Amino acid sequence: MSGEVQAAAVLGDLAGSEARDPGSRPPRRRRIGLGDWLLPAYTIIAFVFLLIPIVYTFVFSFNDSLKSNISWRGFTFDKWLNVCNVEGGAVCQAFGNSIVIGIAATVIATTLGTMIALALVRYRFRARSAISLLLFLPMATPEVVLGAGLAAQFLAVGVPKDMTTIILAHTMFCISFVVVTVKARISSLDPALEEAGRDLYGSPAQVFWRVTFPLLTPGILAAALLSFALSFDDFIITNFNSGSVSTFPKYVYISASRGIPAEANVIASAVFLFALALVVVAQVSRTARAKRLAQLG
Amino acid sequence: MPAGAFAERGADLELVGIQKRFPGFTAIDELDLTIPAGSFFALLGPSGCGKTTTLRLVAGLEEPTRGRILIGGVDVTDTKAHERPVNTVFQSYALFPHMSIIENVSFGLKRRRIADAAGRAHEALRLVELDHLAQRRPQQLSGGQQQRVALARAIVNRPALLLLDEPLGALDLKLRRQMQLELKTIQEEVGLTFLHVTHDQEEAMTMADTVAVMNKGAIEQMGPPAELYESPRTVFVANFLGQSNLFSGDVVDSTGTAITVDAAGARLVVPTARARRHQGSVTIGVRPEKVALHREAPVESAERNVLGPGHVIDVSFSGVSTQYLVTVPGVGTLTVFAQNIGSGPVAAEGAEVWVSWDVAHGFGLDDDADSAPRFAADDDTESIAVHRREALVAELEEH
Amino acid sequence: MAFAAFATAEAQTQAPKRKSRIALFLLLPGIAYLVLFFLAPLISLLLTSLQAPREFGDIGQFDYAFNWQNYTAVVESYLPHILRSFGYALAATLLALVISYPLAYFIGVKARRWPMLQGLMLVLVIAPFFISFLLRTLAWKQLLSDESFVITSLKALSLMAPDAHFTGTPFAVIFGLTYNFIPFMTLPLYTTLERLDTRYLEAGSDLYASPFTVFRKVTIPLSMPGIVAGTLLTFIPAAGDYINASRDFLGGTETQMMGNVIEANFLVLLNYPAAAALSIILMAVILVLVGVYVKRSGTEELL
Repeated sequence: MSGEVQAAAVLGDLAGSEARDPGSRPPRRRRIGLGDWLLPAYTIIAFVFLLIPIVYTFVFSFNDSLKSNISWRGFTFDKWLNVCNVEGGAVCQAFGNSIVIGIAATVIATTLGTMIALALVRYRFRARSAISLLLFLPMATPEVVLGAGLAAQFLAVGVPKDMTTIILAHTMFCISFVVVTVKARISSLDPALEEAGRDLYGSPAQVFWRVTFPLLTPGILAAALLSFALSFDDFIITNFNSGSVSTFPKYVYISASRGIPAEANVIASAVFLFALALVVVAQVSRTARAKRLAQLG
Repeated sequence: MPAGAFAERGADLELVGIQKRFPGFTAIDELDLTIPAGSFFALLGPSGCGKTTTLRLVAGLEEPTRGRILIGGVDVTDTKAHERPVNTVFQSYALFPHMSIIENVSFGLKRRRIADAAGRAHEALRLVELDHLAQRRPQQLSGGQQQRVALARAIVNRPALLLLDEPLGALDLKLRRQMQLELKTIQEEVGLTFLHVTHDQEEAMTMADTVAVMNKGAIEQMGPPAELYESPRTVFVANFLGQSNLFSGDVVDSTGTAITVDAAGARLVVPTARARRHQGSVTIGVRPEKVALHREAPVESAERNVLGPGHVIDVSFSGVSTQYLVTVPGVGTLTVFAQNIGSGPVAAEGAEVWVSWDVAHGFGLDDDADSAPRFAADDDTESIAVHRREALVAELEEH
Repeated sequence: MAFAAFATAEAQTQAPKRKSRIALFLLLPGIAYLVLFFLAPLISLLLTSLQAPREFGDIGQFDYAFNWQNYTAVVESYLPHILRSFGYALAATLLALVISYPLAYFIGVKARRWPMLQGLMLVLVIAPFFISFLLRTLAWKQLLSDESFVITSLKALSLMAPDAHFTGTPFAVIFGLTYNFIPFMTLPLYTTLERLDTRYLEAGSDLYASPFTVFRKVTIPLSMPGIVAGTLLTFIPAAGDYINASRDFLGGTETQMMGNVIEANFLVLLNYPAAAALSIILMAVILVLVGVYVKRSGTEELL
């Protein structure tokens, strides 16, 4: 019955605007609800607003610019074809560093974070709330404080700033996000699945690797993607802990005062398109799967 | 304040030529319905029959594609839900989780700026015996308690019309009985007009003074529960409201008082007054509890229809009664309910038996069993079971 | 969303108490990492903030001390920056809330019947994440610079004084912060609104509440967890941000925020104690504000 109610509720809204019999009395409609047209219109405007800088960045990656990429000088594919030719490949160097740092931080943070998430959901122990707080605080701390704190620590201990310090820093702020993402996934798992595995003669290790882990994979993957995105786009913490190493955001920041070459737009646009494609494919396949499931049910 | 003071007279509800179309299907087609003030009216039907849509149309949560809705003679078709003198007890109760019980109950009163909202809300809670839980949150209450709060939240507003959307659906059997009684008492005390929507025939019959059986967006039959049960008009009603043994055949004889139907060789008599059609091919039926089981061929009599011999193919004992399935070759399978007056079953599985019933207990339907297949919502376990059983019976007959 | 996720997991208390050695093995590496690279740095920061300049030392050379005057000194010199930080962050948070709520409502409630559209709109909300934070801020700088089409048009229409600027003003900084943190606001709002049971809204209108009253009395309270999480996820990073306010981006000399002076003191002036003291002040104020806010809004279970 609740299905009926919901279907009726959902369909009812549609019917209000679409299914009105043209032959019936003129739609002496009680005041047209604001939501009927105002909200969709607003949504479109909001999306245009959100996408303006992205479109701008993308368009200016085709600008036949000289050193700084501010005014439009004509269309060219050159920047896309010769990304690494400018400034002795500094952009590509920075981009490469960002990728390496992103991957390293993602691998470490995802491993450590997944372990913590498993422990938090599956085991009881004292100091639970203290650990929760420890995991929550990095997310509630402004990046500038995280960055300055780590820098102060590295300074005090006398560690020189290089790639390693950046990776250490990025791993730190990624762990909490991994824990949150994976934990949500574990909590939604039916514990009976593991019990069934044990009931069917699986040893604890077998149950973990053959039942739990495969079920967790989507959550872990999502956490890894989130980590990589956070690391790749981080500037503030990197700036405090990078020394002379350049990353892509740092390159943009430093070049901002003297003009950013169009090649930076090329890299950002390429990353954007790649990420967008990834998410759209995931989203579409998920919706399609949900649809198929709904039809089966 | 005595409970009687709540009674602000209920109002008539009138639905005139209501049609409701959703993209792709028509939920309600040409529905005309008048519910007199002060009555307890139940709309009974399987899921998807349009009963919930009807309720939502009355509440103002949906707009009809065509037709008018009048409450107390006033056309409310174009008014919004919050402007209608109607309150609903939702199937899910829909108690606001961020408010206490008392805040929930006084919500409607405050919106209408009625003086002493808190006092009236407490009175309503006292009526459902939950005043001591006024400060709790809905999540802290049991299902039955939530249901009573939902009821209090609706009746505290003294609506002209109270809508109940399967409010007892989520409760267990014992609580259900208790709530049914309580609802009935409140209705009698308060004197409002109740419109109750349900798929539970027992609930509809025990509570309502008028039941309308709805199927595929239209009302099939309407009347007092006993009348509906004793003389169903259609195959659908005969099968949805209780169980029926149905037989189809041609009318072979017709006197002023009775018609005789030839059902695969067996001659069955139905009083003319209880038959909707009097010539041609007709479908007639009898309720399983009206059918008697005999170990030996009963004496032929003008007062009784007799079928047999046949075989008992299934016996299921259910305490107060025993249900027998009897196959009569050529005629089909009958269900017989026998009160457990003696001890032990009258007949064992496989026994040869005859069945008979008083001619006055038969009824003749308006449509044919073949044209309208036995009601089947395929998500309903009961109908799945019925189909299974029918398939099994058919298989058994073949051997 | 992050905040909300912590809340849901805390309800899971029926976890069996068993094999604490495995739990220890799972927890230890990650927790040790956080102690080493999050907690210890905070303590370092606290110690650094109390350091005193080394006698006869170079620039950037300090010794451990208990020089709490560092705090009074930074408050004296940087009070405007401190006030600006929280003022700008507050303005941006409120703006982002006002802009995001209808958007999240449309995606989460109105678009429920079209899951595909809902999914694609969510992708559009997070799309700005996929392009560099710095580049999209720079894009606004260029789009709203004095020579840009928008500004010259506004001036031509006399909607802006001919000698006025947009970039370099507080408005530009607040604008940038708002824009950059809209996804952080929209996502948690979407998460709660998507789960909003519309039957409560129907119950509200059944109980004589006008659409506006239903929104005020039912929709808003039921979406409070999303509002709290969204405002925190916006306010905290906005208060510490120094990119939008930077001179090379949307800010000017008169718009510098705490982040800018922390960066300058740490990386340029090498005045570590001042930078550390400012960081501690920033963090302390945020923790106090967050605590009070969460208590006031009655959503303690979020933390």
